[in-house]
Amino acid sequence: MTDIPVLADLNLAWTWPVVGLGLGATLLLVADLFIPKERKRQTAWLALAILLVSFLLNLAAFTETDSAFFGMFVVDPFSAFLNLIALTTAFISILLSVDYLQRSGMQRGEFYALILFTTAGVMLMGHANDLVVVFVSLELLSIPLYILAAFRYPDVKSSESGMKYLVLGAFASAFFVFGAALIYGATGSTSLPHIFEVVARGFAAGGAPELLLLVGTGLVLVGLGFKVAVVPFHMWTPDVYEGAPTPVTAFMSVGAKVGGFAALLRILVFALPVLSTGAIEASAWQQVVSLIAAATLILGNVVAIAQQNVKRLLAYSSIAHAGYIMMALAAAGHAGFGEQATRAALVYMLAYMFTNLGAFAVAIAIEKGDGSGSDLEAFVGLGRSRPLLAGIMAFFMLSLTGIPLTAGFIGKWLIFQVTIEAGLVPLAILGVLTSVVSAYYYIGIIVRMFLRDGEGDPAAGGTRLVNGAVYLTFAGTLLPGIFPFLMIDLTRVVSTTLVGG
Amino acid sequence: MESAGLSLLTTVLFLPLLGALVLLFLREEQAGHIKWTAFGFSMATFFGTLLLWLAFDSSASGLQMVQRVDWLPQYGISYYVGVDGLSLLLVVLTGFIVPLAILSSFRSQIFEERGRIRLYYLFMLLLEWAMIGVFVAQDLFLFYIFWEVTLVPMYFLIGIWGAEERIYAAVKFLLYTMAGSILMLLAILFLGSRGGSFALPELIAMVESGALELPFTGLLGAGSVQSFLFLGFFIAFAIKVPIWPLHSWLPDAHVQAPTAGSVILAGVLLKMGTYGLVRFNLPLFPEASVAWAPAIAVLAVIGILYGAWVSYAQTDVKKLVAYSSVSHLGFVVLGIFALNAQGIEGGLLQMVNHGISTGGLFLLVGMLYERRHTKALDAFGGIWKVMPFFGAAGLVVVLSSMGLPGLNGFVGEFTILLGSMGSEVLGFFFTMFAALGIILAAVYMLYMFQKVFMGDVDKEENRNLPRLHWQEIAVLVPILLVILLIGLQPGPFFDTMTATVDNLVADVGEFIPRGEETVAALPQGESPVLVVGAQGTK
Repeated sequence: MTDIPVLADLNLAWTWPVVGLGLGATLLLVADLFIPKERKRQTAWLALAILLVSFLLNLAAFTETDSAFFGMFVVDPFSAFLNLIALTTAFISILLSVDYLQRSGMQRGEFYALILFTTAGVMLMGHANDLVVVFVSLELLSIPLYILAAFRYPDVKSSESGMKYLVLGAFASAFFVFGAALIYGATGSTSLPHIFEVVARGFAAGGAPELLLLVGTGLVLVGLGFKVAVVPFHMWTPDVYEGAPTPVTAFMSVGAKVGGFAALLRILVFALPVLSTGAIEASAWQQVVSLIAAATLILGNVVAIAQQNVKRLLAYSSIAHAGYIMMALAAAGHAGFGEQATRAALVYMLAYMFTNLGAFAVAIAIEKGDGSGSDLEAFVGLGRSRPLLAGIMAFFMLSLTGIPLTAGFIGKWLIFQVTIEAGLVPLAILGVLTSVVSAYYYIGIIVRMFLRDGEGDPAAGGTRLVNGAVYLTFAGTLLPGIFPFLMIDLTRVVSTTLVGG
Repeated sequence: MESAGLSLLTTVLFLPLLGALVLLFLREEQAGHIKWTAFGFSMATFFGTLLLWLAFDSSASGLQMVQRVDWLPQYGISYYVGVDGLSLLLVVLTGFIVPLAILSSFRSQIFEERGRIRLYYLFMLLLEWAMIGVFVAQDLFLFYIFWEVTLVPMYFLIGIWGAEERIYAAVKFLLYTMAGSILMLLAILFLGSRGGSFALPELIAMVESGALELPFTGLLGAGSVQSFLFLGFFIAFAIKVPIWPLHSWLPDAHVQAPTAGSVILAGVLLKMGTYGLVRFNLPLFPEASVAWAPAIAVLAVIGILYGAWVSYAQTDVKKLVAYSSVSHLGFVVLGIFALNAQGIEGGLLQMVNHGISTGGLFLLVGMLYERRHTKALDAFGGIWKVMPFFGAAGLVVVLSSMGLPGLNGFVGEFTILLGSMGSEVLGFFFTMFAALGIILAAVYMLYMFQKVFMGDVDKEENRNLPRLHWQEIAVLVPILLVILLIGLQPGPFFDTMTATVDNLVADVGEFIPRGEETVAALPQGESPVLVVGAQGTK
C-alpha cells in the first residue's frame, strides 16, 4: 500500500462534470486573453458551452454511485441532482449577465470564468465526502463570489457588498474549520463514512456522544449557516444582495445556498444521523435546527414586509426560503425520515431555483444601466407597459408564496408533509403561517404591477437573452406545478447512504 | 367507471379552461369576439352541467361519473373527480351563475376606464374552472389545488375592476382566506400521510372501518387529533362561508368587487365553504362534528341575527346585501350542523337558493349602479315607476331572499328550521333564535325595497333612468324562473341529494350520544337514524 498513486487510482471516471468544469474555467481565463475587448460576449458563449458540456456529462452520470480521489469525492444521485441545480443556475445567471454587464460598463471576461469557478465550488460541495474537501469547496465557492459581489467597482455599494461578504465569509469559514477540527478530534477522522461509523459504534455501545463532537457539529452548523443565510447568521445578506450586481445576486441567492445546504445535508443527514444524546428517535442537532428554522421563517418573512427595494426584498425572501429548507433538515433529524426529507429539500431547491432566478430576471429587465430602478415602485404599472413580463413575474410571486399549480407549491407541499410525518407539527404550523405573511409582500409586487395605475416601466433591460431566461424559468416553474413528477421523479434515486468507507 | 378517457365530467370541468386558452389567442381590440367567446364557453359548460344532471342517478348514494387517473402514485395522489348528491346541484349552480355574470358584464362601463377586457373574461373562465373543480374533486390534493386557485382570479377581479378601495379589499380577501386554507393544508397532509392516500372516499372508508384511527378525547384535549383536524378544515371553510366572527373580509370584498365579481362571490364562492363542511368535516371527523355541533350552531345563530341587524343599519345597498349573506349562510351552517337529513338537505338547497337570490340582488344593484353611479340607499326612491320591469323583478328577488312561501328561499329555510328543531344535538332554542332571523330578514329587505323602489320619484336624477336593455332582461329572467321553479316544485332538487345525505347522516349519526332505552326499544334491524328522522318531522 505504499505504492505511489497513479492517475488511474484517482478513479476520475464520473468526476468529469466537476473536474471538467474547473479545467474549462481555467482554459476560459486563458482563452479570454485572445478575445478582443469589444467582443467579450464571445467569452460568455464559451462559458455557456462549457456549462452545457458539464451538464450533459452530469446527466450521463446521474444514477451512478462511485467514489474517487481515495474516497474523498463521492458520486451519487444526490450530488448529481445538486449539480443539475448548480449548472442551471450558472447558465441562467450568465444569460442574465451578458447584456447587463454591457450596459453597466462592466463587460470583462473574468466575470464568466469566476462564475464557472464558483459553480465548480457549489458542485464540489455536493460531492464532498470528507470535511477537508468540504472546506476546500467552501472556499472555492466563496472566493470568486467575494470578487463578483464587488464587480461594480468603484461603486461604493458594490465595494461594501464585496467587503462585507469577504469579512463575514472568512469568519464563517473559520467557524467551519474549527468545527471540523473538533470533529476530527472526537472521531479521529475527517472522512464522513468513517465519522459515521465511529458515531454509530458509540451509539450502539450506549454511551453519550463526546462533548467535543457536539460542539464541533454546532460550529460546522454555524459556518454553513452563514453560507445559506439562516437566522442568526443572516445579517450580511440584505446589504450584500443589494450592493452586488443583480445577476451576481441572482446567482448568490441560489448557488451559494444550494452549496451550503449540500454540505449541511451531507454532514448532518448522511454522516451524523445517529448523533444522539440518549433519545433514540431524534438526532441531537434536530432541536437546534428546528429553532434556527423557526427563527429564520419568522424573521425573514416579517422583515421582508418592510422592504422598499426589490433586491432587499428578495434577500429577505431568500432568508425565509432557507428557513423552509431548514424545516426539511429538522425533519431529517427524526430517525427514518432522512431520505424523504432530503428529497423534499432537493425538490424545494430546484423549484426555488427556477422561481427565484426568474424573479431576478424580471428585476434585471427593469433595472437601469446605472444600477438604479430596483425600487419596488419601479414595478408600478408594469402590467400595462409589459403585460407578458408582468404576468410571468406575478406567476413567480405566486410560486414563491406557494400557491398551487406552481413549482413552489410542490416544494412546500413535500416539506410540510415530511415535517408533519416527522412529528414536528408546531414547526409545520409556523411554516404555513409565515407563508401567509410572505403572501403579503409577494402580493405587494402584484398589486404594484397590476392594481395600481402608473406610467409603467418600459423594461428596457429585457433584452432577448434576459427574456429567454424569463421564459426558461417560467417553464421551469409552471410545468412541474402541473406535472409534479417532473421534479419528484428525479429525486427517486436519491439515497442517504454514505458511499465508501 | 374508472377510465382514463375523456369523461363527461372532465369535459365539463375543463371547458372553461379551454375557453380561457382560446381567449389568449384573441386580440384586445376584438372586444365583441372576446365577450361572446367567453359567454359561449360558459353556456356550453352550463349545458354540460345539465347533461350531468340528466345522467345522474338519484337513487344511488355513492359517487357517480367517476374518473380517476394516477397523478403522483408514490404519494397516493390522483386526478379523481366525481359527483354525488352533495355536489351535483352546486355544479349546476356554478354552470348557471357564471354565464349570467358574464352576460351582465357586457354593458358594464368599467371597461371604459380600466380596459383589459380580455383579461377580465379570462379570469371569469378560470374562476369557473376552479370552482367546478372544487365541487367535483375527490382527492384532497386536487381539491386543495382548486380551492387555492379560485383565490387568484377573484383577487384580480376585485383588484383591477373594483371600486375605489379595491386594492385594500382584494389584499384582505386574499390574505384572509389564504390564512384559513393553509391550516387546512396541514390537516390534509396529516390525513394523507396517515392514511397513505389522498382520495377522499378511501379516507372516509378507512375512518369508518377504523383502519385510520383519529382519536377523539374532547374538544381541545391534548391528544384529540380528530378535533384539531376538524378545526383545521373548519376554520378554512368558516372563513369562506363566512361564519361570524370571521366575516370581516366579506363586506369589503363584496362592496368593492365589480358586479359580476359580487355575483360569483355570493353565488358560488361562499358555497365552497358550506360545501366543504358537508363534504369533509362531517364524514371524516364524525365524532368531532357531533361534539362541536352545538358550539358551531351558536356561531351560526349569532351570524343569522348579527347579519340581519347590521344589514338593517346600512346606508349602502350593496353593503346591505353583503351583510344579508352573513345572515343567510348562518342558516345553511345551522342546517348542516343539525346533523340530520332535513337539516343537511335544507342546507344544501339553501346554498343554491342563496346563490340565486343574492346573485340576483347583486345584479339588480349593479344595474342601478350603472345608471346612477351610486349605491347609497338615499339616492333612490320610486324606481318602480321609472323602470317597471326592473321593479317587478326586484320585488320577486327580494321576496325570495326573505323567504316568502311559494318562492325558493322559503323551502330551504323551512327545511333547515325543521331539521334544527328535530336535531338531537341542537333543538328548540337554536330554532327559535334562527326563526327570529327570518323576521329580521323581512324587516331589512322590505326596508331596502321601500327606500329604493317605492314612493314617489323625488330625485330629479332618477326621473329619466333608461329602461332595461334586452341583455339585462335576459340576465334577470332565468333567475326569476328558477326562483319560482324551486319554490313551487322543490321535489326534483331534493331528490338528487336524498340518497347521499341519508348515507352521510347514518354514518355521522352513530356518534350522537343517545339514551340507552331509545336504542333498546328499537325493533330488530331498524337503524336508529330512521327513528330520529321520524321524530324530526313530527
